[in-house]
Amino acid sequence: MSLSMRDPTAETGSQRRPRTPPPASLEGATVALLDIGKLRGSEYIDRLQARLDERGIASRRYRKPTPSRVASTALLQQIAAEAQVAVVALAD
Amino acid sequence: MDAQSANGLPADGFVVFAKEECHTCQLVTPVLRALSRSDQKLAIYTQDDPAFPAGFAVIDDTALEQSFHHDIETVPTLIRFSAGREVARTVGWDRAEWERITGLQGLGEGLPGFQPGCGSRSREPGVHEHLVARFGNPGLGARKITLGDFDDEAEACFDRGWTDGLPVVAPTDARILRMLGGTTRKPDEIVGLIPPNLAPCTVEKVAINAVMAGCKPEYMPVVLAVVEAALDPVFTMHGLLCTTCFSGPVIVVNGPITRAIGMNWGINALGQGNRANLTIGRALQLVIRNVGGGRPGEIDRSTIGSPGKISCCFAEDETDPAWQPLSVARGIAPGKNAVTLFQGYGLQACMDQRSRTAEELSRSLALSLSAVMHPKLYSATAAMLVLSPEHYAIFRSAGWDRARIEDSLLADSTRSGKDLVAGAQGIAEGMPAKFADTMVPKFWRGGLLVVRAGGPAGLFSGILAGWPGTGIRDQTQPVTKEIQA
Repeated sequence: MSLSMRDPTAETGSQRRPRTPPPASLEGATVALLDIGKLRGSEYIDRLQARLDERGIASRRYRKPTPSRVASTALLQQIAAEAQVAVVALAD
Repeated sequence: MDAQSANGLPADGFVVFAKEECHTCQLVTPVLRALSRSDQKLAIYTQDDPAFPAGFAVIDDTALEQSFHHDIETVPTLIRFSAGREVARTVGWDRAEWERITGLQGLGEGLPGFQPGCGSRSREPGVHEHLVARFGNPGLGARKITLGDFDDEAEACFDRGWTDGLPVVAPTDARILRMLGGTTRKPDEIVGLIPPNLAPCTVEKVAINAVMAGCKPEYMPVVLAVVEAALDPVFTMHGLLCTTCFSGPVIVVNGPITRAIGMNWGINALGQGNRANLTIGRALQLVIRNVGGGRPGEIDRSTIGSPGKISCCFAEDETDPAWQPLSVARGIAPGKNAVTLFQGYGLQACMDQRSRTAEELSRSLALSLSAVMHPKLYSATAAMLVLSPEHYAIFRSAGWDRARIEDSLLADSTRSGKDLVAGAQGIAEGMPAKFADTMVPKFWRGGLLVVRAGGPAGLFSGILAGWPGTGIRDQTQPVTKEIQA
């Protein structure tokens, strides 16, 4: 007799979405710089922000309290509202 | 003659459920003969021997389908039907009852007036859930997957990516129903959102994964508490899963339930050999993997990993009433069942067979604890010290309780920053230079969890190192949760 089992998974499927194409120019854009809380993330963002400043490109800094947690919805919404491009300092 | 349905039940008449191995069923055979001679229709269902009782056209119910549908708990059971509906029932042999229901007098002449029946085969342990699965409505919401006649269920689970690398128990309906019998909670109740995919997880999904892990139904309250503790935001299960570090959930169980379900806190407590220890921790990991979608090489980025990520779960030794259990130290009332989840891995040994005083042993354990994460990184992570009985006996004979032991270990593991700063001792790794002129504690208060476990022989204790994520203390902490029934 054939055996039946129940699915132990969430029974959800993943959907592949195309990446948003990078902007043709950063002129007039605000770049979000997200420090996730990893060691030396701020150094990386300092350098990047200095380069953006040299080119006259606006940037804003953001920070997660700990790399151990995902960014809060509020933080993601704030970044989406205030910037058009984001750079995440992901690793130390 | 009364109408008779396809399953052999008379619309009007009597139905008897019996089995050959039941002495009372054998006793009432002459009564059945008398019933069969009456002008009423009689159907006899036999649960074991299709030839019993001899001389009757019995209906084979060895598959127990009709016994299940009629909720037979005892044999013999006599049921009277009228117009297709049950109107009366009795169990065992009770002459007065049989005469009342049948309307016949003088039944069972020479028999005792009363003899209790036997248990129905449909109610034997483990049988009912099979019958629900086969003939009833199991009420399960998860997708059903039917294998081919020649498929191997263990291989089928591997093929679908459902395992942690070891074979799992196939989650059949009967097994899931038995597992759900271990909790009073409803199968469709949502336990929480399982990271990393934040997928809603029902009690039923926990039960399915507990079956696969090899749990017994009586472990379910512990498994549910473990899953809920892992979902406490301050446990940061998502981060613990995706970290490049070694850590995973370390589970310590306290309270009378550890004895009730046979957990091990003694010899080889953190090793192999105890079903509850091994499968409770594994059930959590399978929930994370299967419901949450957390798989090694995908969102789980651990550089090296550790064997404890399959399961790391043990009970605390609470045999000494003078010892304050970990759960009580963390706010649970004495005598209550609780789980504590710690972000850790290990073990690292502290083999000290020469210390004879509490002070000596504290200094020795503190030196071993200094190696957690790195001997020059302090106040950076937590740790769990698994204190063996022989080491504990040294503290106990000195009158030291949990608080005194922890205080002493925190003090003895504090070190001058000049030895720890980056570059000191010719080692680039180390603390920032600003610590050079300060005394730096290895752990913050509450960052060292002491647990008693282990066999009676061996002046060794074990250290489970923590996760650097716990270094940011207001964001990531161990979690203790009381176990509900």
